[in-house]
Amino acid sequence: MANFDKDSLSNTFIVALAMCLLCSIIVSGVAVALKPTQQANKELDQKQNILRAAGMLAEGSNLSAEGLTVDELFAEFTVRVVDLESGNFLDDVDAGSFDPIKVAKDPSRSIALSSDQDIATLRRRENISLVYIKTVDDQIDKLVLPVRGYGLWGTLFGYLALDADLETVSGLGFYSHKETPGLGGEVDNPNWKKLWPGVQLFDSAGDPGVRIVKRRSVAGNEMAAREVDALSGATFTTRGVQNLINFWIGDLGFGPTLQKLKLANG
Amino acid sequence: MSQQNEVLVDPIFNNNPIALQVLGICSALAVTISMSQTLVMCAAVIFVTTFSNLAVSLVRNRVPTNIRIIVQMTIIASLVIVVDQVLQAVAYDISKSLSVFVGLIITNCIVMGRAEAFAMQNGPYLSALDGFGNALGYSVILIGVALIREPLGAGTLMGYEILPTVSNGGWYYSNGLLLLSPSAFFIIGFFIWAIRSWKKDQVEEPEYEIADNVQYREAM
Repeated sequence: MANFDKDSLSNTFIVALAMCLLCSIIVSGVAVALKPTQQANKELDQKQNILRAAGMLAEGSNLSAEGLTVDELFAEFTVRVVDLESGNFLDDVDAGSFDPIKVAKDPSRSIALSSDQDIATLRRRENISLVYIKTVDDQIDKLVLPVRGYGLWGTLFGYLALDADLETVSGLGFYSHKETPGLGGEVDNPNWKKLWPGVQLFDSAGDPGVRIVKRRSVAGNEMAAREVDALSGATFTTRGVQNLINFWIGDLGFGPTLQKLKLANG
Repeated sequence: MSQQNEVLVDPIFNNNPIALQVLGICSALAVTISMSQTLVMCAAVIFVTTFSNLAVSLVRNRVPTNIRIIVQMTIIASLVIVVDQVLQAVAYDISKSLSVFVGLIITNCIVMGRAEAFAMQNGPYLSALDGFGNALGYSVILIGVALIREPLGAGTLMGYEILPTVSNGGWYYSNGLLLLSPSAFFIIGFFIWAIRSWKKDQVEEPEYEIADNVQYREAM
């Protein structure tokens, strides 16, 4: 290698190419090899989020109070695919592989929302989505809905759990958001999440009426049962949370589904 | 001391990347809020620095001078992605809170600095040792900071309760400042002070002398 010139043009290209090739093989090899484990982790995480929203799993714990694992707890839920417009269950779609968020981007399987419909700033809404139902003696005990909507910096993704009457919140939790830590990020604060169980979703006319407010109405007022204290310093985030809940329980969200389920539940 | 020992042990106290060179403190501020995060971060940095030094050293005689930084970056970035992928598969909960900082190992000045300053000039074995040693020096400081921040800030260590906090029915009023990034600055500052009082040769020459106080005449 007496004449080897490492700074020659050809060597520069050879080294650059070889480096890129080698590194990409390593990176993609690792990514492909680990994909199944990562996928399993994500699914487990999703189940945990659903169970936490439903209040069946404590924050930061992988076991329920009775010592049941996530999979055992989640086995109590049935996952159903639902047509959002009619509120009917669809049995010909595989719930396991269905991803509502991905489908919402596909124009053939989603609808565009006009600006006055789109209070949660979703732009498009999928035509069919998933619901998670926990039944006790053939009666709905808990219903968990996937919800999402725009906060301040990005979309908040979470689950809203309803009680057996399908009008009362059982829990709310977000598994992904981009809100400011310490301000809007306080949507994850357990003390704030504790305010949600028991909140009424609908006003006397049956319309979505959740309100996140600076000052709660006096007790006994018709609105007081539908109100939650806002997070200080996070006006846009709390407004986003209020809008996304009202959107997803409304006519364009799971409203028709809730109506059907209420009738069926007697 | 043999050269091997020197490159391995020197960076821990004598030439610590954080305390003496003041490199890589960005991640030292961010991840030291809890011990388990810190340990994972340290393991990730040790892996990346060791193997990037090794790889850079192996190719050092072939890499053209004008694209050497890009080659180093490519190697480091690939290793960091590998670490991130492994974390996502093995420790999903920790990777969720760490993934941003793991990605930022790419820009960690220590990794880049050792690749350019040491591995480009030395053989693979010494370079790997040097990377390991420097990452160890980084880890020592990080673990030290976390050892102060987590118990005093949250009353826990590795998630186990050490000081029962008032909010959990105990007696300890937790210090919220220690949960915020600026507190790590103070702690690292104290560490640097301690190390420099111990090893006087690390004290830098002052760049300028502060003039004596002007003698004020009594106000008239």
